[in-house]
Amino acid sequence: MATAEGSETVTTGKPPLLEAVGISKSFGPVEVLGDINLSLMPGEVHAIIGENGAGKSTLMKILAGHLPSTRGELKLDGKPVVLAGPVDAEARGIVLVHQEILLAPDLTVAQNIYLGREVRKGLTLDDKTMNKGAAEAVRALGIDIDPTIAVGRLSIAQRQLVQIARALLVPHRVVIFDEPTASLTLTETDALLRVILDIKKKGAAVLYISHRLPEVKEIADRVTVLRDGRLITTRPAEGLEAVDMARLMVGRDVAKLYPDRVATTAVDYALEVDGMNVPGYAHDASFKLRQGEILGFAGLVGAGRTELLEGVVGLRTSHGKVRLNGKPVHFVTVRDSLRAGIVYLSEDRKGKGLLLGQNLGINLTLAGLSQFVRGLLIDRRKEAKALDGAIAEFDIRTRNKELLAGQLSGGNQQKLLLAKMMLLNPQIVIIDEPTRGIDIGTKEQIYKFIAELAESGKSVIVISSEMQEVIGICDRILVMRNGRIVGEVSGNHMTEDEIVVLATGVTSREAASMAEQA
Amino acid sequence: MTDTTSSAPPRRSWRDIDLRAVAPFVALALLLVLGSFVNPNFLGFDNLSNVLTRSAFIAIIAVGATFVISAGGLDLSVGSMVAFVASLTIMFLNSGMIANPFLMLVAAMLLAMGIGALCGLANGLITTVGRIEPFIATLGTMGIYRGLTTWLSQGGAITMRNSELQQLYRPVYFGKIFGVPFPLVAVGLSAIVGAFVLYRTAFGRHVVAVGSNEDVARYSGIPVNRVRNVTYVIQGLCVAVACLLYIPRLGSTSATTGLMWELQAITAVVVGGTALRGGVGRIWGTICGAFILEIVGNIMLLSNFVSEYLLGAIQGAIIIIAMLVQRSLVRRS
Repeated sequence: MATAEGSETVTTGKPPLLEAVGISKSFGPVEVLGDINLSLMPGEVHAIIGENGAGKSTLMKILAGHLPSTRGELKLDGKPVVLAGPVDAEARGIVLVHQEILLAPDLTVAQNIYLGREVRKGLTLDDKTMNKGAAEAVRALGIDIDPTIAVGRLSIAQRQLVQIARALLVPHRVVIFDEPTASLTLTETDALLRVILDIKKKGAAVLYISHRLPEVKEIADRVTVLRDGRLITTRPAEGLEAVDMARLMVGRDVAKLYPDRVATTAVDYALEVDGMNVPGYAHDASFKLRQGEILGFAGLVGAGRTELLEGVVGLRTSHGKVRLNGKPVHFVTVRDSLRAGIVYLSEDRKGKGLLLGQNLGINLTLAGLSQFVRGLLIDRRKEAKALDGAIAEFDIRTRNKELLAGQLSGGNQQKLLLAKMMLLNPQIVIIDEPTRGIDIGTKEQIYKFIAELAESGKSVIVISSEMQEVIGICDRILVMRNGRIVGEVSGNHMTEDEIVVLATGVTSREAASMAEQA
Repeated sequence: MTDTTSSAPPRRSWRDIDLRAVAPFVALALLLVLGSFVNPNFLGFDNLSNVLTRSAFIAIIAVGATFVISAGGLDLSVGSMVAFVASLTIMFLNSGMIANPFLMLVAAMLLAMGIGALCGLANGLITTVGRIEPFIATLGTMGIYRGLTTWLSQGGAITMRNSELQQLYRPVYFGKIFGVPFPLVAVGLSAIVGAFVLYRTAFGRHVVAVGSNEDVARYSGIPVNRVRNVTYVIQGLCVAVACLLYIPRLGSTSATTGLMWELQAITAVVVGGTALRGGVGRIWGTICGAFILEIVGNIMLLSNFVSEYLLGAIQGAIIIIAMLVQRSLVRRS
């Protein structure tokens, strides 16, 4: 904490634009933020980094008036201030660019950008002015989007940029970006970073949250690290390497996170996919999965990894040859593949994995319910026993077995989802983004569990956007780009550089310069 | 960090009771008390069993509606379906195709169930295979079933002509078993079967899962469309059972038979605590909801201070109040 205070002399003698003094936040008995001191100087880009669940988003929401703090105060221009809500914060020049896309898909780009602050001419809307203004706002971000087309027709990255344009339209002094580049490509990211430098040049302060450490290194003046709701340190970005940042975030050596494992040498294939097409998402994809292997699928968001494997298991319309243990199979619906012993755990845990409004027991037995039916009746005692077993085996932490799935933390939800699908006793397990939104301790447990699955002879496919993760746990990695499998890396070649080159299609020279930053 | 830590096993106390599940029964009890203040005869066995018997049609239809709504669907066609199924059944009874009156009656009943199931299946297929919103799909079939009835009756009434059959059929509505009117027995049986299927079978669990989140159900390997279709078929069967009770009551149908019953059935379901967005089904709450609607009407009839012409307005108010109460209970828990 001493470093945090000491570093405030880094910038000019001006008072901080926005300052957090001893901010704490508790939800019920759980403290998610403790005693945070943070200052934002005019003309500064201040990055906040930390693992998922470190409290970054909560801190953002407090600074932008979306949440009140439990203790502590905010100071604007050195004077204590109480933000009544996001609208109040915006009126004071504090704007937050959300990570999630909060736009109305049926309205046009211009209508979205001016939503709630429409320009009027007498009684009617002044569409001409708004369309012009929107076009300029979007162009300032380095992209060219027709302001009169519906947002629903834009790509996720374009929507993200429209959202940023919308936020920057109000007069701003403090701009908070919550993982703005998560869905952006490299060129779009570059454009955004230029915009941020521009904001900075005009004397506003930027608070920048990102998982992408090279980006942070490139743009930030100071870096604050959060871990488990505590401020670990605030340091000048100068001289802080990405590796150091990672170590500070995790609080231990990152390499220990992954279980020791010797890649399988099995020659039998559990699953062979040949010439798989998933219309609109994946083209002519062929791959083989060995018995007892952990096969990774890496690539950028939107590369078609999820869709390809959903196509394979019958969750999407697909065309191509699939062989299971050497025998040709054809999965029309997901029921067919489940019956054949393949389970797919969706990346969208809350939307496609668990019934958030139902209790743990109902969720656990949902996919394997037939095992619990005797005659016509569901055997409730057997169900209760299965729940006890799952809670013990998967270390699901719950204070009450009657809890709803939606009341569990992300990590425990993932464990419950694993337990649910393991009830089917699958031979092949496909896990999409196994640790998204999960704290580090649970991550370690899940990696260990995946390794044990492979040890026991089951074959595993891991789809992940976290390169560290696929490198850490997989025997072999396939990389996808624009719906095609563009390469395979294994052994010593499993490095972030190699994967980035394949995933983005940049030349090796560009990759080398990026690797330098990383 | 937000992990909840494991602790002592949960203790059950009155606090754990889901207030939303209990609320309809409390409301019913309060109404009974109110009724006894309004008129001392209200709580008499005869009056109550009379009143509740009148609610039998809606209660039985609403059991089916509980399935449809729990699975995230909606059926607006039930009122028209009553008219359609009952009319066809009466026409069959009038046809004299089977000489033996008893066999004729049994055949007519089976026919009614078959037509009900088919009407329900049609609703289901339009929403699942045709992928049309249930509201629109059943709005369409609501018009179709009603229109077909009007055409069959040529705008008039369809009446049972065989008095022998009528005599044989009469006890199905007017008869009693151990002093309990037969329609009430039918309500009880429908509810018991409904509750068994919804709460204790794999199909019931699938219904709730589909209504909770269709995607999760699909990713879990549940045949979502089949589950949906079967809920509509169950709805059709419930309508048919209601028809079987309805026909002996008047022995006649017309184009206005079952008018607005869909709204009453949905009201009963929602007042009973089933969530209109799906995922929660309460069979006994539904029965309770149907009773509440009828009892409110009866109290208004027995009392002098509210005109019975306001019945529709009061029922409309009930559904809104029920929703508000449910919402405030959610917030508190």
